[in-house]
Amino acid sequence: MSDYPLPVSQVIDPSTSASERVTFLEKLHGWVVTVDHKRLGILYILYSTFFLLVAGSEAVMIRIQLAYPHNHVLSAQVFNRFFTMHGTTMVFLVGMPFLFGFANYVVPLQIGARDMAFPRLNAFSFWMTAFGGFLLYYSFLGGAGLYGVGNAPDVGWFAYAPLTARSFSPGHATDYWALALIVSGFGTLGTAINIIATIISMRCKGMTLMRMPLFTWLLLIVSMLTLVTITPLTAAQFMLLIDRYLGGHFFDTQAGGSSLIWIHFFWIFGHPEVYVLVLPAFAIANEIIPVFCRKAIFGYPAMVAASVCIMFVSLSVWAHHMFTVGMTSVSNAFFTLSTMLVGVPTGIKIFNWIATLWGGRIRFTTPMLFCIGFLFQFLIAGLTGIMLSVSPWDWQLHNSYFVIAHFHYVLVGAVVFCIFAGIYYWYPKATGRLMSETLGKWHFWLFAIGFHITFDTMHCLGLLGMPRSIYTYQPDRGWNFLNLVVSVGGLIQGIAVLIFAYNFIVSYWRGEVAGDDPWDAWTLEWTTSSPPPVYNFEEEPEVHSRRPLWDLKHPDDPDWEYES
Amino acid sequence: MSSIPVSHPVRNAEWRLPSKRRVGMTALIVGESAIFTIFVVAYVFYMGNNLTGPTPAQVLEVPILGTICLLSSSLTIWRAEKAIEDDRTGSFTVCLGATIALAAVFLTGTALEWKKLIYQDGLTVSTNLFGTTFYSLVGLHATHVVVGLFLLTSIFIFSLFGWVDSRHSERFGVIALYWHFVDTVWIVVFTVVYLIGR
Repeated sequence: MSDYPLPVSQVIDPSTSASERVTFLEKLHGWVVTVDHKRLGILYILYSTFFLLVAGSEAVMIRIQLAYPHNHVLSAQVFNRFFTMHGTTMVFLVGMPFLFGFANYVVPLQIGARDMAFPRLNAFSFWMTAFGGFLLYYSFLGGAGLYGVGNAPDVGWFAYAPLTARSFSPGHATDYWALALIVSGFGTLGTAINIIATIISMRCKGMTLMRMPLFTWLLLIVSMLTLVTITPLTAAQFMLLIDRYLGGHFFDTQAGGSSLIWIHFFWIFGHPEVYVLVLPAFAIANEIIPVFCRKAIFGYPAMVAASVCIMFVSLSVWAHHMFTVGMTSVSNAFFTLSTMLVGVPTGIKIFNWIATLWGGRIRFTTPMLFCIGFLFQFLIAGLTGIMLSVSPWDWQLHNSYFVIAHFHYVLVGAVVFCIFAGIYYWYPKATGRLMSETLGKWHFWLFAIGFHITFDTMHCLGLLGMPRSIYTYQPDRGWNFLNLVVSVGGLIQGIAVLIFAYNFIVSYWRGEVAGDDPWDAWTLEWTTSSPPPVYNFEEEPEVHSRRPLWDLKHPDDPDWEYES
Repeated sequence: MSSIPVSHPVRNAEWRLPSKRRVGMTALIVGESAIFTIFVVAYVFYMGNNLTGPTPAQVLEVPILGTICLLSSSLTIWRAEKAIEDDRTGSFTVCLGATIALAAVFLTGTALEWKKLIYQDGLTVSTNLFGTTFYSLVGLHATHVVVGLFLLTSIFIFSLFGWVDSRHSERFGVIALYWHFVDTVWIVVFTVVYLIGR
């Protein structure tokens, strides 16, 4: 470093700026106007953590209402609003911003870049997403429009036509819903474009595609999928607004329109969206599992190929959400088979993760525990998915709690578990301090136990015939005890998330100082300081293998000798 | 902080990656294509499903002049691209001005068509399914033409002041890429709305 030919290291010496005192307002201003990918990544994470707590509270309220038959904690109207807001919030304001937060923070560091390809577009995208979330929740205040028509959207997160038509959804609640998703959709599109351009055009010297860390690879695939996933939703939302404001007839069955086409458009978005959410979860597991079992990932090329396969196959499975609308047998057969086909590349991934664990020296830290939980739960989620892909089985269980249990197994058991794993894993990089392991273990065990109490039981409720979206039920249906169990599990998860929130906040001041590389990891983000300086790397790194930091630590036994 | 060792036997003499602007615009075009696909699918799905008139066969006329103008604007912008690469700024300004003029003719054609449809034939968004799908699809495309026209006009003004030269050829290339996309979409919209749907 000392014999660096240019005087760059003096110009960008971090000690000068850090020692200056700044007022709170200046600090806040700095965060609002920032275009730095690390700060925006943190903003995304904080934003989605906030909404995780909000949507989690909504879920707890829903479960309190359903704990007993004929319960009156929430009215039927408020119940409808809560499950609509819970679903919309979790998918658009929690799931995607979390994953884009990780992508923003980690991808440029992993590929040895100074920043994202378009820093200002990055800031624009974040603030659009944030504005979308604000619009959605502003509907609680501004959605009424007319006296007595209710405020927040209550049409379900899939908002099937013709319920969204003006005559059935008066007031502005549905408009807030549509506008919020259009606005945050533009943010999502901007970020996806940014991530693609960053990964394709900003890689440091030597980082060929087949040397990229799997996290980066999967985020590239996810962003490509997002381009063709979020846009159909935006288009459908425009149609909905044309119907509602200009008197159009897209989904107006009275004028020859079709409500079925909304269902198609929604699931053309909605099913790939599941992969948009779950592939980043795979990406996080791909980073954490090898590091904590001290082995390189098993079958790197197979992992990449399987992810690309999932991207393509996921675009042709949407109508498995629609077996009960009355499609032809050919369509039913096609969507059954294509859905089962997704199981093949996904199975390859699960075998690769298990093979990575096999014979490794596993360290059961909190991130690793969450990843193990993810593996187990994702397997079960995949199996119930295969069950539901069989159309006759789906006719029986469609819109029952079995389906709810299945997709919560994916979205909580896989996605949220991996999000937590990722937070525990990269928190020390972003803040310089480790999160408390003791509280982390409490968080994991309470959350895992609560998760299984809730969602394992929910499968049984579905098999017993309990439909989704009902605000209460008769005491003689035999659902009473199981519903109480589900609600208790929900409360346990709520307590676990509060422990996490406490840990997340307090560790910022009281956590153990992490150092540059607390996990003894192998990718580039751990070569720089924690937190990284604004310029990320003092010199542009040059890589020769998939594990550049391993090469640095073990010059006698570098990886590139074994990789072709 | 540390740097990566440079003891690798095979040194990459040259490390070249694609232009980030081109990659970004290509990604945007892919996303936009999905939006257009959904609107085209809706148009095709509802073709002939009108409960009331007017129908496309009764009121639509094929916009031959506008189509020729818009498609030839792809040629002129390509000439402008070549000109700015070789730093021939005069030729660049002329070609760019021609592109803008051709696009303006196209937009005027659309405006007159809409005026006729609304005032003479009484076709609005809310009249029937044809109105709803027609105005959304053609309007979505026209919106993209307007955005492109705004971008091109700004560059045209800059070039009149002499602020544009070969250093900007990559950036201009990105906008040209967008313009070619808008033209290509018109081929699809034209085929679906005026040839198949009429």
